[in-house]
Amino acid sequence: MIETSGLTKTFGDVQAVAGVDITVEPGEIVGFLGPNGAGKTTTMRMLTTLLAPTSGAATVAGHDLLAEPREVRRRIGYVSQGGAVPPAAPLRGELELQGMLYGLSRERSAARTREVLALLELTGLEERVGAALSGGQRRRFDIAFALLHEPVLLFLDEPTTGLDPQSRAHLWEHVRALRAERGMTVFLTTHYLDEADALCDRLLIIDHGRIVAEGTPAGLKSGGRTLDQVFLDITGRSLREEVPA
Amino acid sequence: MLRDTWVLFRHNVRVTLAQKVGIAFGALQPLLFLVLFGPIFTSIGTWETLVPGLIIQLGLMSTGLAGFGVVFERASGVLERMRVTPASRLALLLGRVLTNAVTLIIQMALLLAVAYALGLRAPLAGVLAGVALVLVLGVSLAALSYAVALTLPQELFAPVTSTAVVPLVLLSGAFLPMSMAPGWLDALSHLSPFRYPLEALRDLFHGAYATGTVALGVAVTAVFAAVSLAVGTRVFNRQNA
Repeated sequence: MIETSGLTKTFGDVQAVAGVDITVEPGEIVGFLGPNGAGKTTTMRMLTTLLAPTSGAATVAGHDLLAEPREVRRRIGYVSQGGAVPPAAPLRGELELQGMLYGLSRERSAARTREVLALLELTGLEERVGAALSGGQRRRFDIAFALLHEPVLLFLDEPTTGLDPQSRAHLWEHVRALRAERGMTVFLTTHYLDEADALCDRLLIIDHGRIVAEGTPAGLKSGGRTLDQVFLDITGRSLREEVPA
Repeated sequence: MLRDTWVLFRHNVRVTLAQKVGIAFGALQPLLFLVLFGPIFTSIGTWETLVPGLIIQLGLMSTGLAGFGVVFERASGVLERMRVTPASRLALLLGRVLTNAVTLIIQMALLLAVAYALGLRAPLAGVLAGVALVLVLGVSLAALSYAVALTLPQELFAPVTSTAVVPLVLLSGAFLPMSMAPGWLDALSHLSPFRYPLEALRDLFHGAYATGTVALGVAVTAVFAAVSLAVGTRVFNRQNA
């Protein structure tokens, strides 16, 4: 579903991503972990066509990232760290517009809007504006925007940062359901080791722009270590301290 | 691309038209000049000289500050959310710019209606030609405004553009013709691209169509439009905008 080779990104003198090789199989939930500034978001923005790589190649959802970015965009959903919900516009209209920008007809977009609202338990909130929603509800609307065109691959950048524990657990259930019921592949970044542990089939750990470890949560924890210790051993840094307030 | 432009345009127009107060408020400053300054001006000049100036002022303020909307869209993640759809980036720009043109048409109609009530007697053909010229200018300015909004840090957009608009309006000769200005100011005003369409507008409002001034105004507007739309598209296309 994702296959990259030697992906790099340089901003001026700073090499944010220093050669990343990733393989993600269809139907996997893969967690992408790393301290702040390790290159997580930069990598994700390259894989979602928002940022042109400095060098390297990638195939995403069956299409070449550089040659066919629009074909990639047709097949992927992307939920950015900052969210996508406008504060002052009623959300049903925004969802229907988004669906039409994905190429759906007006009728199809309206129907898909109702479906994703039901799927994410947001029905009844669609006439509200963003400012009138809780953090957890807003986050589910962010995801709703990314599901309208039934993507085969979903990118989630820090999906639960800033949410209370109950909303986080709720969101995990939704992500699991997307894979279980739709066979969706999910690629997510997270700061939370418990999230990586509970949700992901496989983890990739990135530091200084390179993949420094990969494996299943259980495999990485072998020898009775916690993921925190694994992370500290590999990167020399604790992930815990990096969690933004 | 045309279809995506249309989809976004229709959505944005609907949202914009719901904010009637906002549209009227955008036209308030030129309207105040018309009502509270016009009667003084017309004791020495004509409505046909003043109203084109106020239309240029309206165009600069209405579309020059259009980037404000995209500042919020960028901050709330709406713009990026649209940038991961297959819709072309040019459509994302044009859908917005054309919405600003609709707002400007409504505001110009309001200004012209009040001006006619006060005594403007410009020929219809001249007014329509003038409106068309100002629309091209407005669309270009809006595209440029978006480019500025996506380039400047978010908190700087409002102070920078609202300050920049003032000398641009004054140097175009919007309130009093530059023929009344001292030599140095007249020379300086030739640097403002808005002086030329404004003078063309004054000719058109006086019923003079085939003049060198009109030709120059059209030519400068065309060059300005080409440059602004190129810059706007380039910035909207930029991968990390």
